[in-house]
Amino acid sequence: MLISMNWIGEFVDLSGLDLDALISKFTLATAEVEEIYHKGEDVIGVVAAKILSVENHPKSKKLHLLKVDAGDKVYDVVCGAPNVEVGIIVPFVPMGGSVGGMDIKEAEIAGYKSYGMCCSESELGISDDHSGLMILPEDTKLGTSIKDLYAIDDIVFEVDNKSLTNRPDLWGHYGIAREFAAITKRPLKPIDKVNHEDYANLPEVEIDIQDTEHCYRYIGTKAENVTKKVSPVDMRIRLFYCGSRAINFLADITNYIMLELGQPMHAFDMRQVNKVEVKRFDNKFKFETLDQVERDIDENTLMICSNDEPVAIAGIMGGYKSEINDDTTTLLLESANFDGVCVRKSTSRMGHRTDASMRYEKMLDPELCMVAAERYVKLLLDLDSGAKITSAMTDAYPVKYPEISLNFDKRYVDRYTGIEITNDEIVETLTALGFKVSLENDNFSVIVPSWRSTKDVTIKADIIEEITRIYGYDNFVIKTTNSPLAPVRDLPSRNDDYMVKSLLADKFGLHEIHTYMWNDAKKQKEIGIVAEGDIRLINSISPDNIIIRKSLIPNELTVINENKTFKPTFGIFEIARVVDGKKENGYANEKKMLGITLFSREKSEEELYLAVKDIVKTIGITTKNYNFTLKNAESVDLAWQHPVNTAEIYMGDIKIGYFTALHPEIKDKIDKKAAIICAELDMDCIYSIEQSYIKYVQPSKFPGIEIDLSFLLDKNAKFEVISNVIDSFECPFIQGYKLADIFESEALNDKKSVTVRIDFCSFDRTLSGDEIQEYLNSLIVKFAE
Amino acid sequence: MKSKIEAARLQFETDLAKATTSEEIENLRIAFLGKKGLITDLLKGLKDVSVEEKKEIGKDVNILKGFVAKSIEEKQTELKKAEQEAKLKSAKCYDITAPDNLELGTLHPISLVQREVEKVFVSMGFTIEDFSEIVDDYSNFEALNIPKHHPARDMQDTYYLDNGQLLKTHTSAAQNAIMKKYGAPLRVIFPSRCFRNESIDASHENTFFQMEGIMIDEDISISNLIYFMKTLLSEVFKRDVKVRLRPGFFPFVEPGFELDINCEICGGEGCPTCKHSGWIELCPCGMIHPNVLIEGGIDPEKYTGFAFGLGLTRLAMMEYGIKDIRVLNSGNLKALTQFDTRNI
Repeated sequence: MLISMNWIGEFVDLSGLDLDALISKFTLATAEVEEIYHKGEDVIGVVAAKILSVENHPKSKKLHLLKVDAGDKVYDVVCGAPNVEVGIIVPFVPMGGSVGGMDIKEAEIAGYKSYGMCCSESELGISDDHSGLMILPEDTKLGTSIKDLYAIDDIVFEVDNKSLTNRPDLWGHYGIAREFAAITKRPLKPIDKVNHEDYANLPEVEIDIQDTEHCYRYIGTKAENVTKKVSPVDMRIRLFYCGSRAINFLADITNYIMLELGQPMHAFDMRQVNKVEVKRFDNKFKFETLDQVERDIDENTLMICSNDEPVAIAGIMGGYKSEINDDTTTLLLESANFDGVCVRKSTSRMGHRTDASMRYEKMLDPELCMVAAERYVKLLLDLDSGAKITSAMTDAYPVKYPEISLNFDKRYVDRYTGIEITNDEIVETLTALGFKVSLENDNFSVIVPSWRSTKDVTIKADIIEEITRIYGYDNFVIKTTNSPLAPVRDLPSRNDDYMVKSLLADKFGLHEIHTYMWNDAKKQKEIGIVAEGDIRLINSISPDNIIIRKSLIPNELTVINENKTFKPTFGIFEIARVVDGKKENGYANEKKMLGITLFSREKSEEELYLAVKDIVKTIGITTKNYNFTLKNAESVDLAWQHPVNTAEIYMGDIKIGYFTALHPEIKDKIDKKAAIICAELDMDCIYSIEQSYIKYVQPSKFPGIEIDLSFLLDKNAKFEVISNVIDSFECPFIQGYKLADIFESEALNDKKSVTVRIDFCSFDRTLSGDEIQEYLNSLIVKFAE
Repeated sequence: MKSKIEAARLQFETDLAKATTSEEIENLRIAFLGKKGLITDLLKGLKDVSVEEKKEIGKDVNILKGFVAKSIEEKQTELKKAEQEAKLKSAKCYDITAPDNLELGTLHPISLVQREVEKVFVSMGFTIEDFSEIVDDYSNFEALNIPKHHPARDMQDTYYLDNGQLLKTHTSAAQNAIMKKYGAPLRVIFPSRCFRNESIDASHENTFFQMEGIMIDEDISISNLIYFMKTLLSEVFKRDVKVRLRPGFFPFVEPGFELDINCEICGGEGCPTCKHSGWIELCPCGMIHPNVLIEGGIDPEKYTGFAFGLGLTRLAMMEYGIKDIRVLNSGNLKALTQFDTRNI
């Protein structure tokens, strides 16, 4: 919203103050100022001048050769404006002046000298009218500075509309002026208006509010014999500076008052609208608004009607048929208040937001309706001396907000703010903002002004804001709290997440990625995965991404698919949430998972598969000193799982995840030559594991001995045929064993040689060779069995 | 006998002078001190001399033996040293300019920034909490003083789910559960991923990370809020930041603020980054609304508190100079594998 400081100046005397600094204060006390414009700064040396003669340019149809009397002397001017005429007085910039950043110099235009420029309103920056020269009143003294005639100089600032969301009172200059009055501690002047009671004896306007739930107040006033068509220049300049534009006199006043007081108004041509009904219709229909657009009206749209004929969409826009025309001389003025939610919903249904609806949405103060109507009448009568009010200012007021009074004490202010402030300062600030304050001892009792009562100030904490923002947050002495210190307990899940992330990145060289909460159905389809999940988004703007993911792997595979050329071998991981079914109450069963995917065009699938196995085991040991159990999956249920090479990961009896060679059907769609392995683990299960206790064992002082045993096994035999025997062999001296070598050669046909190295050691003596041999013999016997 | 000893000495001295390699010295040692060596022979010859002479000659032979052994050892040490030096001189100088082969993985920039910021808050006594991403209407709105039909609900572009829940639009959705879990007093931060149903472009994402913090105790004041924000943000940005509060409206705080920090790029003079204001809008904050405390089971007459929200996604973009927000969720490894900072 654009605010004119000239306008503000009408309501609060800001003389002698640095206005730019004041506007900065406004940012800190009230709402964010986005931009400050110094209007008129680029209008230099413009004076009133009379066109003495007009000659056609011999070579140009558009150009004219003028002699212009600017009071001091007569200038030769070459002018391209269409409306040049002998005798008119126009704004004129002689050489040395400038407008719109253009310096006016002696110039030769199409062979003729020109010593100045006559201006249009647009060139002066006071409207967007560039159809011809601006014509000044006939009695204007030649040579008078244009700035002495009109308020062209102004400081206009733009307030971020969003920061006014909760302040319905700030949608007009008067409300903003009240803020400046409080900030500067200067008085706020009353609004110059008529008193509606003076018209009480005139006939009433017929107003029938049928929907009293959504129309809080409606004031109708009739006026006749209006002859003025064009608004005064200063009014038009203000409208233009504040982002509006002049239309015609009667409409301009409504817009002017909306900008001044924040109250939207509407002037109907009384020939079309002589009585008012406010209601909703049972059926849908089209309605042409004054911007000549056919709008869809439905059962929920509140309408203004006259004799059952819809004439305006309440709070949004008037109808085309009943708008003020060139020949309008009688009007019915609306000053009304509608339910903000109703207006907002209609607005978004229609996709049509207006300056009026924007204000109603904020829950305007219904008390403002009468002030605005009285102000309208005042301006109308002042500016058009022939105009007559022909009805009472008829007031239908079905919904009144209750008066809000709040009580609090000084101690409440002290402990909530932490500042040193006196009772007098509190009273002064609140009074300046329109609160009625009474103070007894340290107890305050305040009545909230109507313009803050519609939703903004309802509890005593709201009062704190009023006090502190005017006090100035810059003036706060900041201090720490008296809160006692306590040790900070780590959240196990956060620790485990970080440990796993660091491990995967630093030890295994994997890269962390983030993917979306939903399956990317389109990308997954490309690699042959049908997106699946248990819950869906119902209002996503992208129809491909509506299924909340059940697993991290499909999205990871799409990432792999898009990064195939990144490196010959790489891996990615993500710790994030998935939804696995619903709980009893229908809520999503959200789980935090770890997904890992390895890709390689250099390594064999088996190598990569075993690499993931090591990663999985390391996660258990590093986080919780826990050794996960692995089992070959007997059956698989996910599309990307390999029917043979899928391993289930167990924590005791609980299955916490799996790793798998990617199913060839999907893998080949990504890369026929590559090996791809995926793993997925339930992080919530990992969090739940208690860190297993580490018990120290003093290493043996006696030398151990390592014995290698070689076995000739079937090529497909698993290591467990050896490990199971050793594990179950009872010998107090076996400290451990490991795989030393696997030897395969053609000479061995379908066999392989597996060498195991067993570590024998005693804690109380050096073992003799015979002793070890004895154990070995019986071990071999066991193997033979 | 004596002359034999003298001759042996002379010969040893001559041979020793000639020897230049440790192999020749070893040969020399064998020639004199070996089983069949000259000195061994001399000692064996002692059995043929008289008892009187034996004493004197024996002493001479032993002196010679000692001299030979010592000389050989000295010479050997000397030669070994020379050989070692020669070896070191000719040693190959390894190429440290060879390309690195680090094989380090990388963390997501959000993880890096999140850990860094969390550390700061933990150091000031804040507990870190985690909370689900799918929440109900109550947590996301009702409990936060955002009743039905509140315009804030329209503004938030909420993703609704077919089971009646929604994707949390802000970290504040965890406030109620956290208040109920810990009760007052409390000091908690809760980072999380949040979602807004809007079109994506270089500066808008539908999925982003925030970090929220709340502190509740008796007599927590606005003055305390400013102190904590200034102190914590100075740690986060590793400089003495100036903070500025402006009124800001959020239904779950009263009063609510927009907190700005002074622009480091221009030092407050005004530049394109701070839109020529000298200040950068950083984090919404405020005193927790009494209704929100009540919903969380905390007595607003006894306790007050503040809440603040930091955009982790925005912080990461600021820290690393990422201009396009879409990079973060893109899975583009060329972009994302640059974040190998290990200072965490």
